[in-house]
Amino acid sequence: MIVQSIKMAWEAITSNKMRSFLTMLGIIIGVMALVVLVSLVNGATGAVTSEITALGNDMVTVNIRDDKGSPMRLEDLDELAVLDAVGEAAPSGSMNATAKFGYSDVTVSLYGTTPAYYNVQGLHMKYGRFLKTADVENASYVTVLAYNTAEELFGKADVVGEQLTIGGRSFLVVGVLEEDTSLFASMIGGYSAYAPFTVESRMADEPYVTALSVSPGGNTDETESQVESFMLARFNQDEDAFRLMNMSSISDAMSTVTGTLSLLLGGIAAISLLVGGIGIMNIMLVSVTERTKEIGIRKAIGAGKKSIMMQFLIEALMVSLMGCLLGLALSWLILEVATVIAKTIAFSMSIGVVLLAVGFSSIIGLIFGLYPANKAANKHPIEALRYEG
Amino acid sequence: MSSESRPIITMTDITKVYTVGGEEVRALDGANLTIREGEFVSIIGPSGSGKSTLMNIIGCLDVADSGEYILDGQSIEQYSEEELARIRNKKIGFIFQNFNLLSRMSALANVELPLIYQRIHMGDRREQAAQALARVGLTDRSNHKPTELSGGQQQRVAIARALATNPAILLADEPTGNLDSKTGEDILALFHELHRAGNTIVLITHDPKIASQAQRRINIMDGRVTEVGA
Repeated sequence: MIVQSIKMAWEAITSNKMRSFLTMLGIIIGVMALVVLVSLVNGATGAVTSEITALGNDMVTVNIRDDKGSPMRLEDLDELAVLDAVGEAAPSGSMNATAKFGYSDVTVSLYGTTPAYYNVQGLHMKYGRFLKTADVENASYVTVLAYNTAEELFGKADVVGEQLTIGGRSFLVVGVLEEDTSLFASMIGGYSAYAPFTVESRMADEPYVTALSVSPGGNTDETESQVESFMLARFNQDEDAFRLMNMSSISDAMSTVTGTLSLLLGGIAAISLLVGGIGIMNIMLVSVTERTKEIGIRKAIGAGKKSIMMQFLIEALMVSLMGCLLGLALSWLILEVATVIAKTIAFSMSIGVVLLAVGFSSIIGLIFGLYPANKAANKHPIEALRYEG
Repeated sequence: MSSESRPIITMTDITKVYTVGGEEVRALDGANLTIREGEFVSIIGPSGSGKSTLMNIIGCLDVADSGEYILDGQSIEQYSEEELARIRNKKIGFIFQNFNLLSRMSALANVELPLIYQRIHMGDRREQAAQALARVGLTDRSNHKPTELSGGQQQRVAIARALATNPAILLADEPTGNLDSKTGEDILALFHELHRAGNTIVLITHDPKIASQAQRRINIMDGRVTEVGA
């Protein structure tokens, strides 16, 4: 009987293709909205999250906001570095300065740090070397440039041995980092350069450590708690003296935001599916009235209420599911195009969202098909036979 | 067919009352009727005589308010709509004045329709439908849609649909009403042929000429049934 009902539904749907398509359109658009929006958010979240992880390393950063009259010195970092859950610790002083080479100049973020920074931040050299302990101890005017900074200033990347000025002082370029092609870098943008902490602190007139980053010796959570108790001890148990951050807390916050976002977008899409369902009900009601005679004939030759009910219900379900299928196909196409356009992000439909779309469409088809189907099933055969449309 | 054969339809004191605009209309007022297996009976009456009501009750499209109706040994009384549908499906072969075929479907598919509701499987169903179409001489029109057929052919398809389930009775309501006289005669000839083959036929009409073709004539007037001739 179900096979027959499906056949009948197919005949009814194909006998009025334009109308069936327009009815489906509501569902097509609804499914498209649902799948595309959720997939876009998921794709972007996935990309950003993997960037953070890649960037990430799982370092812990500390910003000192109030030194309580006992500021941290570079030597204090050695005490931090000996903690068993701490790998390495590096200061990161920062200032903005103008870098000049010949006639070109660019505003750079100059970071003052120590050799440990290289491992803590997970950097990679393209040319030359990173800062050395001797550079810090001697306060040498040497600098390591980010790849894009070198290109911007020199028009090329291999500039080890060149001289340039930063903040009016002459620096020797000892190294150039690998190009950072990550989404994160392109989002944040800007140019950076790295100098010995002793040099940068003198230029910035900030002799103390105000920011530092720590790489974990093992478990990041443990690192975080050890660093925290160290800092608390250092600043008389004042929690407001510093702020502690790690990348996983950033990505946690981010997934909460995107989770809410996809819920919101999904909700909007669900509303458009609901509207699509109402469209189905509307057309099914028209169809039931138009086909009153057919219902009468079917009943006269022996179709029971259940058979008629089933026929119209399956018809509504089929319209809805066909719309869903078309919507999924279009969504796939849109996501493929989006992937090509976005270049760095690969958008794809997850099984979850596909199942959600199919499930939701089925429920919509059934719920909004129920009333028209019931109306059809309850028609009295004699009156239905007499109907002249 | 003599009076020894088994009764297919037995009606005793059948009453049906409609309320139209606050006024009671006794469409059937104590109707008594017996039709036996293999008979070709015509029921004749002018419009408003209760003819349609009688047909609806015989055809199990409606149930009487009071009285007893036994169809093929089964008392039709307190049945649900679902059960009445099943009885119609098994025992009644309807033939309507305006053919009532489903225009979207081929002739064969139309004939198959009652078999679908009997849940007969595809292969058997096709075969039974094809046989029914062969009996009305339309094998070569199996795949034509009703709109591609003449009125006479459409009525033949409808008759094949009625025959397909091997019903207890063929119930024809003005089957020639929408046909020209020549085609009407052909259809009546087909009824005679089916009658000779042993089918029980009840033909409802307002036309005495057509009614007289039957073996037995039953008059209906003001909701009462009287026999004419033998």
